Amino acid sequence: MGRSFARLAAAAAAFAAALAFAQEPVKIGVIAPFTGPAAGFGKEIEAGMRAWMKIHGDTVAGRKMQLLIRDTGGPNPDVAKRLAQELVTRDKVDFLAGFGYTPEALASAPIATEAKTPMIVMNAASSVVTTRSPYIARFSMTLPQVSAPMATWAWKNGIRKVYSLVTDFAPGIDSETAFKTAFTALGGQVIDAVRMPLRNPDYAPYVQRAKDAKPDALFIFVPAGQDAVAFMKAFEERGLAKEGIKPIGPGDLTDDYVLNSIGDPVLGVITTHHYSAAHDSPENKAFVAAFHAVAPELGRPNFMGVGGYDGMAAIAEVVKRLGNSIDGDKAMEILKTLKLDSPRGPISIDPATRDIVQTVYVRKVEKRGNEYWNVEFDKFPDVKDPGK
Amino acid sequence: MIGVLFDGIAYGSLLFLVSVGLSVTMGLMNFVNLAHGAFAMAGGFACVVAMNRYGVPFLATLPIVFVIGAALGALLERTLYRRLYRATHLDQVLFSIGLTFMAIAAATWVFGSSQQLVRLPDQLRGQVRVAGIDFGVYRLFLIAMVAVITAALGALVARTRFGAHVRAAVDDAAAARGLGIDVDRIFAVTFALGSGLAALGGALGIEVLGLDPAFALKFLVYFLIVVVVGGAGSVRGLLVAALLLGVIDVAAKYYVPRAGAFVIYAAMVVLLLAFPSGLFGRRA
Repeated sequence: MGRSFARLAAAAAAFAAALAFAQEPVKIGVIAPFTGPAAGFGKEIEAGMRAWMKIHGDTVAGRKMQLLIRDTGGPNPDVAKRLAQELVTRDKVDFLAGFGYTPEALASAPIATEAKTPMIVMNAASSVVTTRSPYIARFSMTLPQVSAPMATWAWKNGIRKVYSLVTDFAPGIDSETAFKTAFTALGGQVIDAVRMPLRNPDYAPYVQRAKDAKPDALFIFVPAGQDAVAFMKAFEERGLAKEGIKPIGPGDLTDDYVLNSIGDPVLGVITTHHYSAAHDSPENKAFVAAFHAVAPELGRPNFMGVGGYDGMAAIAEVVKRLGNSIDGDKAMEILKTLKLDSPRGPISIDPATRDIVQTVYVRKVEKRGNEYWNVEFDKFPDVKDPGK
Repeated sequence: MIGVLFDGIAYGSLLFLVSVGLSVTMGLMNFVNLAHGAFAMAGGFACVVAMNRYGVPFLATLPIVFVIGAALGALLERTLYRRLYRATHLDQVLFSIGLTFMAIAAATWVFGSSQQLVRLPDQLRGQVRVAGIDFGVYRLFLIAMVAVITAALGALVARTRFGAHVRAAVDDAAAARGLGIDVDRIFAVTFALGSGLAALGGALGIEVLGLDPAFALKFLVYFLIVVVVGGAGSVRGLLVAALLLGVIDVAAKYYVPRAGAFVIYAAMVVLLLAFPSGLFGRRA
């Protein structure tokens, strides 16, 4: 009798455990470019998300976190929208996440609204993104947010005359406008603001013109990657540093993803950004190590990697509080007041705009051993997006 | 002013170097080879691998790159290209653009989609100051390369028996065959030459244009503009066109940066209206 009772109890316990296991996984649809020239966007974001799971485990409130990776193949809004629709209707995801490019986020926003599915933006950085759906919360940055503090820093450090050179597309224009507005408000002078075409084969004439204008500093925004490499080569070749012209700008120029492949020409460049892999904190050390463990081929995380990590942390927080009944509106209520200790420092979400509020750091590129790092030396805490 | 002119000539030199291979395959052989960029990219990767993996100095990689490009061109010519010499231009375009996409995918698979980096020797870096004006050393080097290649190619096509055979084979393959010229072999060698030059251009271009798998398509428009304005099959025309467009482009970007991006296209339209078959082209 006693034995059979014990057996029954054991069976019941096993059943209960099986029930817990049988709980539906949390489905997270990740939409980003994973192939093509922008493949790095998606890979960084996914590795950031997996790094979070590596540290905190892949089960939250008894539910397994499941990533459904979907590739847009480049800046491809139509594809992003179709993927969002499929994820929502067929896979019945609990969250939409990722979004490397602004147009991809804008195209998917109506789907999030209609399905009341929280949409966690991990990169797309134009100001406008969060206004397009009440179900969007952003865990990356906005370009005005990281560009405007540069104006304050430059003014404080005796820079009065700035020549601005940006790539002629939405992020470049956002960046130029934010810097110019903030810098002229302080009394500084932007002596010329030139926009360069995308896919520009030779930066020399633009850089030469900037040099001949003899500014105190050159404000630069070019997309991370090849353009940053080519631009900095031209900058070095034309010897602007020798004329005392300081290269400044938002951190895209010295993105951790390509920093080592630019090499020496970028030494000493001063940028404002919200994340550097060199950020000195225990959270970041753990993050960098976990990131390296899940994606050794990527080397170190960049700002998209940390966007993926924080987005995942936010999703986990929602799951923790709502458990089995994830509902779009309740999830947004939680996201709106979220505060997190991110590897980049403290971050929070502005309840009014669902956009991120975070510390923007001033960094300088230094060489340590054989590697180049963005070393932070000054900061602006709790910066909101000035573009809204 | 002199600085801008110099930059323009240097940029034109670069345009010449990356397009000269296309001028040979498209201009001389009348094959619309849109895979030109893929050969240039192959040359670039050959240069990167030789330098970064085997420690070959930059200058020494250039002949290696040329040979690899030529060998690759010869191989593809024998296996694929020769089947399409008599095909319509549309078929050639479809074939070569398909080849380009395959090359991009292959390069991404092998090298990844990120930017490749080469470090030039110190002698080729920085600027030298002559009479108060700074000249980029690498740009001077590019101009010198152009002089060498133009002279060699001009002599090859205009003065050697091989050159005469090429011109004969292109003008009238049937008659050339009747005269005992091995047209098949001539085409193979010419295609290999064009591919080798494309590869060389790709390697020389890394420093300015960068190198990633997208390279094969990214600058195709520029290659085509230069070759079309220069006129099919004329090395001299290509040189003049490249230098002219280079100077116009740089001057526009320097003096009127707001319109700078469009001026090269405007220049192309004007030049083609004035010279419909290219600056030195033969009327078809």
